[in-house]
Amino acid sequence: MAKRLDFQTIRDWIDPGANVLDLGCGDGALLRYLRETRNTTGYGVEIDDARVLASIANDVDVIQIDLEAGLSGFESASFDYVLLSQTIQAVRNSELIMREMMRVARQGIVTFPNFGHWRHRFDILRGRMPVSKALPYQWFDTPNIHLCTLHDFELLCARLNLRVLNRVVLNENQQVVNSLPNLLGSLAIYRFESNLAGT
Amino acid sequence: MSFASSLPLRCGGAIERYALMYETYGALNAAKSNAVLVCHALNASHHVAGYYADDSKNIGWWDNLIGPGKPLDTERFFVVGVNNLGGCHGSTGPASINEATGKQYGASFPVVTVEDWVEAQARLADQLGIERFAAVMGGSLGAMQALSWAIQYPQRVANALVIAAAPKLSAQNIAFNEVARQAIMTDPDFHGGDYYAHGVVPRRGLRLARMIGHITYLSDDAMMEKFGRALRNGVLNFHFDVEFEIESYLRYQGDKFADYFDANTYLRITKALDYFDPALAHGDSLRKALAPALAKFLVVSFTSDWRFSPARSREIVKALLDNRHRVSYAEITAPHGHDAFLMEDTQYHGVLSAYFERMARELGV
Repeated sequence: MAKRLDFQTIRDWIDPGANVLDLGCGDGALLRYLRETRNTTGYGVEIDDARVLASIANDVDVIQIDLEAGLSGFESASFDYVLLSQTIQAVRNSELIMREMMRVARQGIVTFPNFGHWRHRFDILRGRMPVSKALPYQWFDTPNIHLCTLHDFELLCARLNLRVLNRVVLNENQQVVNSLPNLLGSLAIYRFESNLAGT
Repeated sequence: MSFASSLPLRCGGAIERYALMYETYGALNAAKSNAVLVCHALNASHHVAGYYADDSKNIGWWDNLIGPGKPLDTERFFVVGVNNLGGCHGSTGPASINEATGKQYGASFPVVTVEDWVEAQARLADQLGIERFAAVMGGSLGAMQALSWAIQYPQRVANALVIAAAPKLSAQNIAFNEVARQAIMTDPDFHGGDYYAHGVVPRRGLRLARMIGHITYLSDDAMMEKFGRALRNGVLNFHFDVEFEIESYLRYQGDKFADYFDANTYLRITKALDYFDPALAHGDSLRKALAPALAKFLVVSFTSDWRFSPARSREIVKALLDNRHRVSYAEITAPHGHDAFLMEDTQYHGVLSAYFERMARELGV
């Protein structure tokens, strides 16, 4: 688990002892990793029964609610970081979630599969919907409804008046991509905060 | 177990001497760190699991959850079930003899509250040598006791399992309770609560109270699924005796209940429900009420529960989150309504198993 570069990247951005909210926490592996390596506190949010169960088994505190309904159960500014790991592409109202993230936490960290990856572009040029390691679904059974490229995400950040603090892009082999990230990157990891923070 | 020291009550009065009926399962470990208190709801008792050697039909009310190898594994945990004060399953209640008068308490038995029950349970824990429970758990009214434990005795509860709960009753909840109470109190056999002396029981009232209660425990869908509009004899008879299966079911449940349950106990338990409102003393802030809690919480609700809906559990979760208390919340998709907390369900029992596993790891039991 510790070998996962996306986990390590996120860990390096998080202050020790921080209070973290992980939206779409899956089996809780990331929160557990952060707790073990950064002594963080906090909660996961998950809707799926099996994942809720896995999170509890993983010693992670998990709240079973639907992200689509917003985060009204969480007070404003109650977390240091809010994570949205490989989830933004699967929610209906991605913009609302981003706004809610900035309401409840000081900084946001989002990871998503880069739709601009050359393989995806190539598939589309071939006239097919992309299927890849990062996007392993067929068009008819995919949970992913809001796919975007690095450029697209950065435009959303600008629209929401968010300042990107860090960006790390990984390729399919979990290596950091430094050149042509929007073409060669498979997974994007962003850290951002509101330009209005502290004002 | 008998207690000779006076127990002050929230109503201002006190009970001088009382007994609590309890049952234990499994063994208390040397560190006394593996005890789990199971609190009962409206009509249940200290008999939470298993059956008696001489009574194989009397199975514990939460037997599908508690026992060797079950989610609450009695081979690892020491489980305590207790009949609450004012009950009618062996603990001191309205039908008990008041030693001061030599007569049954009847109407004079005080109105007890969730907080009073927790005080009494804490004294039982003292006697059993349990300084701190690994967990206090319950469903419905039992969950309110678990919540109250975490507030009243923060140091004595490592985990609180709050299942199918509400932080306080709604007006509709109280309304149903009031109908049940009126059914009992307007029964001519009630005699102002002193029916024991008359050698009668307000059966009709109890029966009605149970029938109305039962409607609130089941979901519309579950009732339709189970009974539909099925007729007992297949035809409409144009009379007022039992025709629909649901009528037969409710009458059967009512009769069964009236055979064993005490009407005065029922009145008091519904009052304990109505009065439960830990936020009240904190300017209506549940967050402030729960601030002193030190326990880790597991909150569980059921989608089809309209008596204490998931939204009510989420109020509790929000108050815990606002305090940054440790909490997990599972919303179980279940068709049965409020009674789902008593049913076997893969996800529900899976969540409880995983949570108890985690507790066992943390406590080293």
